[in-house]
Amino acid sequence: MNERKNIPRDGWRRIRGLTRKETLQVLRDPSNLVVAVVLPLILLFLFGYGVTFDPRRFDIGLVVEQPTPESGSFSAALANSPFFGIETARDRRAFEADLIAGDIKGIVVLPADFADRAYRGNTAPIQVIVDGGDPNTAELIRTYVQLLWANWLQQESISRSLPLLPALVNVEPRIWFNPEVSSRNYLVPGSVAIILMLIGALLTALVVAREWERGTMEALLATPIGIVELLIGKLAPYFALGMISMLISVATAVFLFGVPFRGSVILLGLVSALFMLAALGQGLFISTLARNQLVAAQVSIMSAFLPAFYFSNFVFEIDSMPFALQLVSYAVPARYYVSSLQTLFLAGDVPSVILTDIAGLIAIAGGFILLTALATRTRLD
Amino acid sequence: MWGRLKALIVKELLASARDPQTRWVVLFSPPFLLLIYAFAITQEVKNVSIAVYNQDVGIEARELISRFEGSPTFENIVYLDSTQAISRAIDSKQAIMAIQIGADFSRLLAAGKPADVQLVLDGRRSNAAQIVQGYAVQIVANFNAELAREKLPPPTAVIARAWFNPNFEPLWFAVPALFAVLTAVVGFMVSALTVARERELGTFEQLLVSPLQPVEIMVGKTVPALIIALASATAMLALGWLVLGVPFRGSLILLYGSMTVFLTSIIGIGLFISSLASNQQQAVIGLFIYMMPAVLLSGYATPIENMPDWLQWLTETNPITHFIFICKGVFMKDIPASVIFAHTWPMALIAAFTLSAGAWLFRRRLA
Repeated sequence: MNERKNIPRDGWRRIRGLTRKETLQVLRDPSNLVVAVVLPLILLFLFGYGVTFDPRRFDIGLVVEQPTPESGSFSAALANSPFFGIETARDRRAFEADLIAGDIKGIVVLPADFADRAYRGNTAPIQVIVDGGDPNTAELIRTYVQLLWANWLQQESISRSLPLLPALVNVEPRIWFNPEVSSRNYLVPGSVAIILMLIGALLTALVVAREWERGTMEALLATPIGIVELLIGKLAPYFALGMISMLISVATAVFLFGVPFRGSVILLGLVSALFMLAALGQGLFISTLARNQLVAAQVSIMSAFLPAFYFSNFVFEIDSMPFALQLVSYAVPARYYVSSLQTLFLAGDVPSVILTDIAGLIAIAGGFILLTALATRTRLD
Repeated sequence: MWGRLKALIVKELLASARDPQTRWVVLFSPPFLLLIYAFAITQEVKNVSIAVYNQDVGIEARELISRFEGSPTFENIVYLDSTQAISRAIDSKQAIMAIQIGADFSRLLAAGKPADVQLVLDGRRSNAAQIVQGYAVQIVANFNAELAREKLPPPTAVIARAWFNPNFEPLWFAVPALFAVLTAVVGFMVSALTVARERELGTFEQLLVSPLQPVEIMVGKTVPALIIALASATAMLALGWLVLGVPFRGSLILLYGSMTVFLTSIIGIGLFISSLASNQQQAVIGLFIYMMPAVLLSGYATPIENMPDWLQWLTETNPITHFIFICKGVFMKDIPASVIFAHTWPMALIAAFTLSAGAWLFRRRLA
């Protein structure tokens, strides 16, 4: 048992042979290339052109209960703003069904006493009704109305020569690394992590589970090949596939979508290689536990793909999650990889960030390889 | 014919239920995922760290900083002593935002002149950075309002009332959307992998030479997948409703009716992909090729209104978009049957199309 674990002299010959066979098998099934090339392009295309947090305009209903010069002027301010598409009515009941059906995203009501209360009171004489089922949109609509209201008040003060409220403290925000605040710039690097996770964890879990399902794994184990040789031979083609896919994705992001790349290519290669190792380790571990491909696929989706999506600061903020989930996120390799990618793309080589991420990835990759070794041993005995 | 069909359906159900791993993964993992990920979907930002570089010794600057210290959004405030430290704190992700107050801040305010506060934000997390910036602007606006109170009335605040979810409970919108997506995942996996598995193992040929017609095979594969997915959805519904306390205000009958149509369309797509694939790996990858864009374009993670018009139009052909809408509607709003119907018939159309395409592909393999 012991000498089978180490790689003997003709071990490399066996690894070469197995790698060659596995590579041919990978190349023969077009679905592997689809994952490595087509899927990244689809994702980059979606994040590049369609899926974005950058808001466009919202359709809202505007209710003017009592037309006056003041309400008319404020309605015009709303209608002329780039934020809203406006439909007008005299009664809010006209819009309630539309809000329920989701045809409009909010209702702005200018009450009958709008003109009287415009310059008095503690709150603005405007009612904004939004859909609480969509908090992001709800908050944006409120912010936009607030903004237009403040502008309108200032305009009115000027035209009515009321004393102007001086803005005392001015806020001067600067957004570093991504001054035009395009969500494409951070969604695109994040999607690279998802693709590599699919290649590393899902494909390897499936390929090993298939061997168990068909019974060819036992046949392979009866040959002189050792476990370590077997794993290297099986995983090398997928490692290469992942790296090629990463290069294609990065090149597309930089040259087609104009996402900046400010770090060094060597570091990108290093963190990507470590991430691939962690993903392959996870895939292997899943495959040693799963008895068939359905289970392997579902478990990879649950434990590799979904966490890479949720626990990586890719779309959802880890800091805002409950403490227990924040702890879980430390075991998710994508957390470290997405952090490094976003830094390498947008900020450059920041040693403190990259080194922490590298340490995390090494720990996870080592942990999965160790777990797999233990699980494989028991499975064979 | 009914006897044959019944035998096939019973056999399929038994095949899924007999293997404990499959049973666990298909039936019990979706509620488990719902429980975890419902808490992970947050659209607010809290507990973030910020940095402050205050060059001013005056009381106004202290006063402004104490407002940031008092805000629940900012868990941790790092105090810096140079501009270089700002760039270190942001670069190393120690802080998502740095506030810089110049040396003349208090003096300018005392003289009645406007003073500046610089905010530096980490654009690597631009979505969160923008939200944090919004909070900061709000804090400064309140500070301004108080400074101005003695002199002039400040601009008044616009109050928004949120219908359906007045306190913006995050679970209330996370659970319905996740419920829809996870239901789709189960329907997809069960339907796409069964046929591909039979093909891979060679048992599909046996099925084809049996007296079963292609349409019967199609029905025999659809109905068990539908039953399994409905069972899994019921477990998730119970969990969301009873354990997570998400309100359910609509009609259960309408939900199950539309869910059956939704699942039929999903299973139709799954069987269609499955009939194109020659092994399970191809089926799983085919699923991903369809599902990742379908989920991303469903309004699940980012709003549909943000998409370009041609893409918004395309989302109409996506059953997941329609079902997420229905789920949000029946959980939170009690939307009327007519609205549910308006989102159900496109799914029925998709189901009819994909199921007949799948049956046609089966027949072609037969010939």
